Amino acid sequence: MTAALVEKKDARTPGPSGGNDLPPPSSHRRTKRERAFDDVPRWQIYLPLGIYLLFTLIPFYWMFLFAVRPAGSTSLVPWPMTGEHFNKVWNERSFAIFFQNSMLVGVATLIATTLVALAGGYALARFNFRIKGAFMLALLCSQFIPGALMLVPLFEIFKNLQMINSLGSVVIAETVFQLPLSIILISGFIKNVPISLEEAAWVDGCSRFKAFRTVVLPLLRPGLIAVGSFAFVHSWNHFLFALMFLSEQDKQTIPVGLNTLIGADSVDLGALAAGGVIAAVPVVIVFAFIQKWLITGFSAGAVKG
Amino acid sequence: MAHSAAVATPPPKGKASKRRSATPRRLPYLLIAPAGLLMLGFIAYPVISVFYYSLQNYNVTKPWRNGFAGFDNFTRIFTEDELFWPSLGFSAQWVIVQVTLQLALGLALALIVNQTFIGRGISRAMVFSPWAVSGVLTSTIWILLYNSSTGFSRYLADAGIGEYGTSVLSDTGTVFWAATLAELWRGVPFFAILILADLQSVSKELYEAASVDGAGRMRQFFHITLPHLRDAIILATLLRGVWEFNNVDLLYTLTGGGPAGETTTLPLYVANTGIEGHDFGYASALTTVAFVILLFCSIVYLRLSKFGGDNK
Repeated sequence: MTAALVEKKDARTPGPSGGNDLPPPSSHRRTKRERAFDDVPRWQIYLPLGIYLLFTLIPFYWMFLFAVRPAGSTSLVPWPMTGEHFNKVWNERSFAIFFQNSMLVGVATLIATTLVALAGGYALARFNFRIKGAFMLALLCSQFIPGALMLVPLFEIFKNLQMINSLGSVVIAETVFQLPLSIILISGFIKNVPISLEEAAWVDGCSRFKAFRTVVLPLLRPGLIAVGSFAFVHSWNHFLFALMFLSEQDKQTIPVGLNTLIGADSVDLGALAAGGVIAAVPVVIVFAFIQKWLITGFSAGAVKG
Repeated sequence: MAHSAAVATPPPKGKASKRRSATPRRLPYLLIAPAGLLMLGFIAYPVISVFYYSLQNYNVTKPWRNGFAGFDNFTRIFTEDELFWPSLGFSAQWVIVQVTLQLALGLALALIVNQTFIGRGISRAMVFSPWAVSGVLTSTIWILLYNSSTGFSRYLADAGIGEYGTSVLSDTGTVFWAATLAELWRGVPFFAILILADLQSVSKELYEAASVDGAGRMRQFFHITLPHLRDAIILATLLRGVWEFNNVDLLYTLTGGGPAGETTTLPLYVANTGIEGHDFGYASALTTVAFVILLFCSIVYLRLSKFGGDNK
């Protein structure tokens, strides 16, 4: 089923920058008809967009408000501000350590996923080999396997490897479950780079690896940013593996720390909100940075399988 | 797929002529080896061990009963278990409501931010941002909104709407929609991003031609946009359906499956049985059943929707 899809869409998407082609500025005056097509009445854009923006932003604002207003206050404006909640979660509730652990896991997962997926994606995009079909099928099928239901056998594996309470176990588990989609995405991006570019480099005497590094890799930038940021955000956010494999307090990650705050006997809402802000900041920064790449990245590779 | 995977090899260089025969044949296997080995060890092996344990009595707290059980676990699921059917039913309800609403809102949102208007870039960034937020963080935020003493309802009550002390998460009548709203908040951007990406490749000329022929915006949507988005929508709904079925982060932290088991999905039930109840044999049998159901539904869905069909 994927094969059919790939072939159909390959013809349409021109390059790795992927289908973001705006029509060239037209020199002729636009007719009334064309304008009518383009110009949706403004209120039909701004009204629903405004309502949806409220739905999106109020929850963020709410968290921010609870994080910075003094305990016991019911003010709806975040003024006067206080740092007491941040101070509390960062120092007393060990969020400083959780933050460091989450960062380590996130960056390690990003690097491992990107490298392994690049190799696999290149093999799928550029070679025919005997087990290719089976490998593709395995990648697709793995999408149906719930990580949550693999917890117990995975726990036993890591126990046998003596990796319980080591951040490595979480990095491996996150990488493995991130791989299938990443390989599929990256092979889509590589297919979009015409093989003639590589062939030209070979003729010039480049080895396969050097041709890949100097010709293909730079063109894969949007794709790699999409895949890498996916891996980072996923492992930063993911909760169950860390909850299961890391029981020592100084090994835990931010989502586990948040869950502890939620589960506390009397929930300290200010501390919870401050913890939430700490959890949100890195992904919001990553997201703001990659947001544009995400659309082009997806239109170039994602839906094509 | 064959045409895009052109089997070309670099010309042999003089000294490396041996590589000519050896490398190209081995290279793809070497390249997929890391991914393949990781997936064998940490996906395939656990899956097989789940299948194996589903036929066993295996309970850490009752080791004297451990041993081959045949299909006892499965018989128990379908005949004795009083939690299996309700949790399966809730899973189905959860998946269908989530995927339908996320698709509808995501599609609308994508169409809106695909227009040209002032403030488009910043609007896109803002409406898509919950995509990057985790299940636990979503729970955190919505617990702050829903809590009865200082949550949103208190301010509504101050303004004369509703009553003080309403806690939507502990009321069986409201908990489903409270959880649904929280999950929608972070789920809609996924659809919006995928659909917006696919909208980039609709040819503008088609719309212009349709416009010249007098087709209104509604007809353009149903005859050009929707058919174009078909495959993307099928794939996105399938992936999201599987994901919503499997994902336990949000419900685990927001409602804990409660109140009174009202929001316990099948995976949540499995996790409770296996992790807290230590009944791994039975949890494995439940996992197997869940897996088969998921696979079956996915195949039926792909068949019915004629995914990748030519009627585009």
